[in-house]
Amino acid sequence: MATMLLKSFRSNLVNFRAYQFALITTCLVLLTAKSKKTLAKPGVKNVVLVEGVRTPFLQSGTTYADLMPHDLARAALQGLLHRTGFPKEAVDYIVYGTVIQEVKTSNVAREAALGAGFSDRTPAHTVTMACISSNQAMTTAVGLIAAGQCDAVVAGGVEFMSDVPIRHSRKMRKTMLSLNKAKTLGARLSLLGSIRLAHLSPELPAVAEFSTAETMGHSADRLAAAFGVSRQEQDEFALRSHTLAKKAQDEGLLSDIVGFKVPGKDIVSKDNGIRPSTMEQMAKLKPAFVKPHGTVTAANSSYLTDGASAVLIMSEEKALAMGYKPKAYLRDFVYVSQDPKDQLLLGPTYATPKVLERSGLTLADIDVFEFHEAFAGQILANLKAMESDWFAQNCMGRKAKVGAPPLDKFNMWGGSLSLGHPFAATGCRLVTTVAHRLKKEGGQYGLVAACAAGGQGHAMVIEAYPQ
Amino acid sequence: MAGLRALGVLSRITVRHRYTLFSDSTRRGFSVASSLMARTHVNYEVKGDVAVVRINDPTSKVNTLSVHMQKEMAEVLGEVWSNDAVKSAVLISSKPGCFIAGADINMIQACKSAEEVTYISQEGQKMFEKIEKSPKPIVAAINGSCLGGGLEFAIACQYRVATKSKKTVLGTPEVLLGLLPAAGGTQRLPKMVGLPSAFDMTLTGRNIRADKAKKMGLVHQLVDTLGPGLKGPEERTMEYLEEVAIECARGIVNKKIPLTKEKGMMQKVQDYVMSFPFVRNQIYNTVQKKVMKQTKGLYPAPLNIIDCVKSGVEQGSDAGYLAESQNFGKLAMTTESKALIGLYHGQVACKKNRFGVPEKEVKTLAILGAGLMGAGIAQVTVDKGIHTIMKDTTLEGLNRGHQQVYKGLNDKTKKKSITSFERDTTLSNLTGQLDYSGFQNADMVIEAVFEDIAIKHKVIKEVEAVIPPHCIFASNTSALPIKDIAAASKRPEKVIGMHYFSPVDKMQLLEIITTDKTSKDTTASAVAVGLKQGKIIIVVGDGPGFYTTRCLAPMLAEAVRVLQEGVDPKKLDSLTTGFGFPVGAATLADEVGIDVAAHVAEDLGKAFGPRLGGGNPELLKTMVEKGFKGRKTGKGCYVYQPGLKSKEVNMELNDILESFKLTPNPAVSSDSDVQYRLVSRFVNEAVMCLQEGILANPVEGDIGAVFGLGFPPCLGGPFRFVDTFGADKLVEKMRRFEDVYGNQFTPCPLLLDHAKDPSKKFHK
Repeated sequence: MATMLLKSFRSNLVNFRAYQFALITTCLVLLTAKSKKTLAKPGVKNVVLVEGVRTPFLQSGTTYADLMPHDLARAALQGLLHRTGFPKEAVDYIVYGTVIQEVKTSNVAREAALGAGFSDRTPAHTVTMACISSNQAMTTAVGLIAAGQCDAVVAGGVEFMSDVPIRHSRKMRKTMLSLNKAKTLGARLSLLGSIRLAHLSPELPAVAEFSTAETMGHSADRLAAAFGVSRQEQDEFALRSHTLAKKAQDEGLLSDIVGFKVPGKDIVSKDNGIRPSTMEQMAKLKPAFVKPHGTVTAANSSYLTDGASAVLIMSEEKALAMGYKPKAYLRDFVYVSQDPKDQLLLGPTYATPKVLERSGLTLADIDVFEFHEAFAGQILANLKAMESDWFAQNCMGRKAKVGAPPLDKFNMWGGSLSLGHPFAATGCRLVTTVAHRLKKEGGQYGLVAACAAGGQGHAMVIEAYPQ
Repeated sequence: MAGLRALGVLSRITVRHRYTLFSDSTRRGFSVASSLMARTHVNYEVKGDVAVVRINDPTSKVNTLSVHMQKEMAEVLGEVWSNDAVKSAVLISSKPGCFIAGADINMIQACKSAEEVTYISQEGQKMFEKIEKSPKPIVAAINGSCLGGGLEFAIACQYRVATKSKKTVLGTPEVLLGLLPAAGGTQRLPKMVGLPSAFDMTLTGRNIRADKAKKMGLVHQLVDTLGPGLKGPEERTMEYLEEVAIECARGIVNKKIPLTKEKGMMQKVQDYVMSFPFVRNQIYNTVQKKVMKQTKGLYPAPLNIIDCVKSGVEQGSDAGYLAESQNFGKLAMTTESKALIGLYHGQVACKKNRFGVPEKEVKTLAILGAGLMGAGIAQVTVDKGIHTIMKDTTLEGLNRGHQQVYKGLNDKTKKKSITSFERDTTLSNLTGQLDYSGFQNADMVIEAVFEDIAIKHKVIKEVEAVIPPHCIFASNTSALPIKDIAAASKRPEKVIGMHYFSPVDKMQLLEIITTDKTSKDTTASAVAVGLKQGKIIIVVGDGPGFYTTRCLAPMLAEAVRVLQEGVDPKKLDSLTTGFGFPVGAATLADEVGIDVAAHVAEDLGKAFGPRLGGGNPELLKTMVEKGFKGRKTGKGCYVYQPGLKSKEVNMELNDILESFKLTPNPAVSSDSDVQYRLVSRFVNEAVMCLQEGILANPVEGDIGAVFGLGFPPCLGGPFRFVDTFGADKLVEKMRRFEDVYGNQFTPCPLLLDHAKDPSKKFHK
């Protein structure tokens, strides 16, 4: 009885403190140039992004080729520790995302954390949700903190496409497993004798949607066609992405990158997939998926990438108590899902209005947009869908369109098309970039949105931390 | 009567082919239309240097090549050819589900002589020849059905683009109507897809999906279907198809897209082999033999098709085109073609719900009994988006039934008509259980339990205790009168008979039986469910054996007598198949189950007396006692061994037959007499059903007999058979048999009426 009383007293205290902070932030926000309201909610803890880092994103098969996924994850985790100087033992929990799993390190979060020198007393788990895996890792962290279970959580994601598990055929696996159980030499020999040429053909990891057997590129091409997105529009958008990324790289804006010493090779400190080309060059490429009349090409799609990212997410009070200056508040977020066949990549269209409604914002309130660019055609289709009343009414059951983000606020430092897209690492990059852009551009609200295989999507509202 | 196997050619005649009739209003429409009036069926617009020709029959759901359509098409193409600004053309339909579904059947049926029909064919040939020789490339943009004349049109074009939609099918189904592709189809197809594939297409009439058509070289390019964008999926897909086709047309003009494809190694080898007359002759002979084996020479169309192809390949295209048009004229005048066309029209009629829209849509359907029939019904229901409950009394039974449904879906997966994922989501709609839980949400219950009135009564009482008031109770009995079953019901207006045929997923017929108490809404609902399940439906009155079982029973009784008279099962089978039945009488009995046949013979014997007798019913009972219950027990008239396709006559049957031996009367025992003894009893019973009002009309009678019992499709059903063969001739034969066997062969009054007055016909 007594303990219960004590508990409720304590939680009241916490709430009171949170309220105080909220008040302070409101005052602070009032002082900034943009005098918009804060999105803090009474009774809900403020969760903040303290720091976000990533390894350079490299095209698969380049400098990282001989590593393992957890090596990349380790690099990101170590980079985070190094940059923040955060005491390892103060990390309550680690959540990591990954899509293509290395079977040796199926809980890559734990292996990477141990390898990165985190305390062996810090539990870690791995999540997967296709291209929004690290978003899922981050929102898991947000949940843990908001529920009062943790104060400091490291979230991140890693993808390593230079090496993917290629399995023996099912027939061969079955034979090999039986071989384990075979007791006599005769039984073993007869099993070995049953191996035929067909047994030897390997099984590559599926690049296709399991439910529809359609590859994502093919679906993107159909999506672009459904919204009447032309090849030229796509090439132009891809070129824009590369140009902006190059500019950001040259101006040193991609400060979330931490250098990575690859054993036996040079220190890597730059993304290597940023290649602004010309429209003429791009126009020469043949369609990659829908032949011969398709519009999605290698140049206007994101490419296979190796990379890892990590963020430190904390309760605001703890961060401040430990002397950290947070970069941003992580506010409302939503996950959506829709038809995996014809609307596979329309996640942002569905997620954006939903998250804005939750936050009580409109599209015009958002200063910084960071959308995941899976394909130029996919982004443009999403923009057209968001701009369409017909789509809102007939497919989303909404009264009217939400509107498309203005391009001058949209992915201004490049995107997945140019920087690269290590599936599970992209989410953290988007969130960190929003925080950095808000600071740089003096905005208050940022919006992250992404699509994912399976016909799913995610969006999150991020609020600048008062300067 | 449960237990028919797939019925060869006939099971392929489906309404999917969508040959449509022209309604009267259309006819009036085009007699008024003059060249001065705006065109109604074919229009075009010029996009840059490409003319987009759009086909749209405003009076119908599908486009058909009618006289009117052809006239407007000729005008439009004339304008396209004479317009210097136009460099190429795209041919597209404005209807999302249909390119061109074929020629207008009524146009052919209206012809009085072979010459008239030949003329129609020659006009078509001329028009398509002009298109083939068009100086400006024409691209056919195909979405939806492209069949018969529609396909011939498309293959006359220089280039074909088709969507990957499931609705997109290409084919030449003319053979199923006893006709042949008569607008150059038999001439162009061999050149385009090679002899073997051309024969396969024209002789089976099968529908070819777009991806297969691409592989065969029937279409050049495929276009994906699109999801919703800024417009609806269908609308946008059509636009996309048009855009791609326009690009292709320009590409051909710019020489970016070559019209002659470089031949692959396999193709070269095949061409080389085919260049020997010896090899070609071998193919003709093989195909001819195969056709003869399958049709027993009862269908002239396939043989004529072979003839046309042969003429074209061996003697040049002039001879080929001539043979095609002349054979077409001849075929159109045959009784076989008329019978098949009659069946086609009947099928269309039996795919409509003449009882209106039911008040409540069936969303949950419960099936009692997971046996062959129960699981079969579940199989055709669960993939139509209806939540299906399958209840059995034992776990073993349930397991077997569930496996049957799974296997049905999995076979589709293997054939790639659905994905494994679709199979799994479909199966998630199926609940297997041993109790009545969930029945409170059922909108319809179909019982497929053992054929015993006591069990049926027990079941109906149990079910009525748990189902909601609106729920319909349907019985899948094959012989028990529905009113007897309904006697145990508290709400007889909700009781109806739904007689499926086995195997349910293959047999297209559903016989719905109404009692005088069954409400109209109950009937409407049962028909709606049947149509959803993809069935062709006849609605008949109640009575012992309803319509189908009642017709079959005397024929099987006669078959037993024939066996007793010393004809062995193989001979009996060949006599029946020789008449046009897809399955021989002995095999049919085995498929149905000897026990079921014995059971039905006894029941109907009680109801109708000796008139329905024939052979000794004890013969069947003895067979059942010995365990010869047909295919299901491995032994019946034949011995069935798992894995073996060929079957041997059951030698142990000889002893039984010996003990029941009858001496045949040579006056009525010739092969032909035996055939007519079997058929006349069938036909007489069918006519009697019409006379008694069990049947609503002769059309349903024909459809039920052909699709449920395998009555020879070339004869068009018992009623058309009487019309063509002559009621008087049939009566004459029956009188002869009557003299020997008595009242079992007494013609019924309605048949006698028709015999007396030759102007009386069942079909106008």
